[in-house]
Amino acid sequence: MHSLLRFLSELQDVSLLLWQAFLSLWSKPRYLGETIRQMDYVGVGSLPIVLLTGFFTGAVLLLQTFETFQYYSMQNESGRLVATSLIRELGPVLSALMVSGRIGSAIAAELGSMVVSQQIDAMRALGTDPIRKLVVPRIVALVVMLPLLTVAADIFGLIGGGVVASFMYNQETSVYTYSVRTGISTSDLLGGIIKPIFFGLIIGSIACHKGLNTSGGTVGVGRSVTNAVVISSIWVIIFDFFLSKLLQYILDIGRL
Amino acid sequence: MLSLNENDTLDENEIGEVEPLIAEIDEAVDAPDRMRPAIEFRDVYLSFDDKVILDGVSFTVKKGQTKIVLGRSGSGKSTIIRMILGLLKPDAGQILVDGEEITGYSEPDMMSVRQKIGMVFQEGALFDSLPVYDNVAYRLIEQGVPEDEVDIEVKRMLRFVDLEEAIEKMPSELSGGMRRRVGIARALVGDPQIVLFDEPTAGLDPPTARTICELAIKLRDLQDVSSIFVTHEMNNLRYLSSEYATVNDEGQVVYEKEGEKLCLINTEIMMIRDGEIIFSGKDEELQRNKDPYIRRFIHGT
Ligand SMILES: Nc1ncnc2c1ncn2[C@@H]1O[C@H](COP(=O)(O)OP(=O)(O)OP(=O)(O)O)[C@@H](O)[C@H]1O
Ligand SMILES: [Mg+2]
Repeated sequence: MHSLLRFLSELQDVSLLLWQAFLSLWSKPRYLGETIRQMDYVGVGSLPIVLLTGFFTGAVLLLQTFETFQYYSMQNESGRLVATSLIRELGPVLSALMVSGRIGSAIAAELGSMVVSQQIDAMRALGTDPIRKLVVPRIVALVVMLPLLTVAADIFGLIGGGVVASFMYNQETSVYTYSVRTGISTSDLLGGIIKPIFFGLIIGSIACHKGLNTSGGTVGVGRSVTNAVVISSIWVIIFDFFLSKLLQYILDIGRL
Repeated sequence: MLSLNENDTLDENEIGEVEPLIAEIDEAVDAPDRMRPAIEFRDVYLSFDDKVILDGVSFTVKKGQTKIVLGRSGSGKSTIIRMILGLLKPDAGQILVDGEEITGYSEPDMMSVRQKIGMVFQEGALFDSLPVYDNVAYRLIEQGVPEDEVDIEVKRMLRFVDLEEAIEKMPSELSGGMRRRVGIARALVGDPQIVLFDEPTAGLDPPTARTICELAIKLRDLQDVSSIFVTHEMNNLRYLSSEYATVNDEGQVVYEKEGEKLCLINTEIMMIRDGEIIFSGKDEELQRNKDPYIRRFIHGT
C-alpha cells in the first residue's frame, strides 16, 4: 500500500511537471537558444549510437530469420519482416532506450548536481523559472529529435538487413528492397513516428523530475541518474504495448 | 544613519510602545515610506519531518538597516534567508518583504519580489556551466538589458570585488574565495534594495573578509540597502556594528569608527538557538549580556 501511494504521488508529480512545462510554452520568456543547444546535444550527439543500434538490429533480424523463411521457401519475403518489426517496434523502442541511457542520464545528472550545489535555488533567487529555462528546452528537444533519430535508425536497420541478405545469403538487392517496400504501409510509418513523440515526453519528464528532486548530495545524484534511466526505460516498454494497441485501433496497423 | 546614544535601547519587544518615538525621529530625518520594514517575520514556524527548525521566529529589518544573524551551525540561519526568497515556505506565520506578504505567493508571484533581493549563497552556488561574466550578468541578461549596458555593469561589479582579471574564467578555475566574490558580484548586480549575505566571509583570508565587510557597510550607509548578514566571525560583527562609511572631502569613501557619543543605530544583532531568537539588540547590549550561552558564543568563555 505504501509503495502504491508513493507510485501515485510520483506519477502526480511527473504529470504536474509536464503540465507546467506545457503551460509555459505559451508565454514568455522562452529560451530558444537553450532549446537549440539541447536539440543539437540530443539529436546530433545521439546519432552515432542510434545508427549503430539500428544497423545491427536490422542485420541480426535478418540473420536470425532468413533460414526459417528459407525452410518455408519464403526467403524472398524476408525483407518484410525486417521492415515491419523495425518500423513498428524495434526502431522506436530501441532508439528510445538508447536515448534514455544517454540523454535521460545526462539530464538527471546535470539537474541533480545543480540542485545539490544550490544552483537551482540561485536561479530561482535571480528570478528565473527553472522549468522554463531547464525543463522545457530539454523536453522539447527530446520530443522533436527522438522521432528523427528513430527514422534514421529505421533506415540504417533496413540497410543492415539488406547487407546481411546480399552478402551472407546472396540475395538479389532488388528482391530485398521489393519485399521491404511491400512490407511497409503508411500507417506503419505514421505509427513509427507517433510513438517516439510519446517516448520523448516520457524520458524528458521522468529525467527532469528525478533530477530536480535530487536530495542527499552527490550520492543522491547517482541515485537520481539510475532511477531516471531505469524508470523511463521501463515506462517506454510498458507504454509501447498500450500505444501499439491504441495505434492498431486508430490507424488499423497490424492487420494484413 | 547615526544618532545619539539614547536610542540604542530600542528593542524588538518594546517596539509597540516606542513606535511613536521612532516615527518622530524618522520623520525628522527621512522620508515617510521608511516606516515600512524591508523584511518582517511574524511568528514563523517550520519543521522538516518532525524536527522543528524555526519555532516562532519574529523580527523586522527596517529600511537601510543591517541585521547581523548569529547562531551555531544548524540553528536555522540559512533557512531564514531561504524563506525570505520564497525558496522555502513556512508551516505557519507570515513573512513580509517590502510590505508585501509573500507567504501565499506562487512561484510566478515570487519572481517580482526576488527582483528586489540580492542573495549571496553560503556555498557560492555559481552556475558552473557559465563563465564568470555570464554568472555576474545573469540577472541583467534575463531581464533583457541591452548588451553594452550589461557589459558596463558587469565590469563595474567585478572591479568592485576586485576580480576583473577573472572575467573569462569558468567557476571551476577559481579558488573558493574568488567564487564567493563572484557570488557577491552576481548578487549585487542591478542594485537590489535588499541584500542577504549567508556567511560571505567564511573561509576567506582576513583582508578579503574585511573588504567584504566594508562592502556591506558601504551598501548600508551610502546606498541605503537593507541587509541580513549571517556570520560566525566575531571581527565581522565588530566591523559591521562599530564602523560607518562616509564620503570625505575628496569624494572618497572612508570608514570611521563610531565614537564615544555616536552610535550606529542601523545595525542590529540577532542570535538564534534551536530555532528561537534568544537575543536581539545592539552590539553593546550583546557584549554586556549575562546569558552563559551568549557569553560563550561571543567571548569563547
Ligand atoms: N532539506 C532539508 N531537510 C531536512 N532538514 C533540513 C533541510 N535543510 C536544512 N535542514 C535542517 O535545518 C536545520 C537548519 O539548517 P540551516 O542550513 O538553516 O542551518 P545554518 O544555521 O545555516 O547552519 P550553518 O551555520 O552550518 O550554515 C539543520 O538542522 C538542518 O539539519
Ligand atoms: Mg547556513
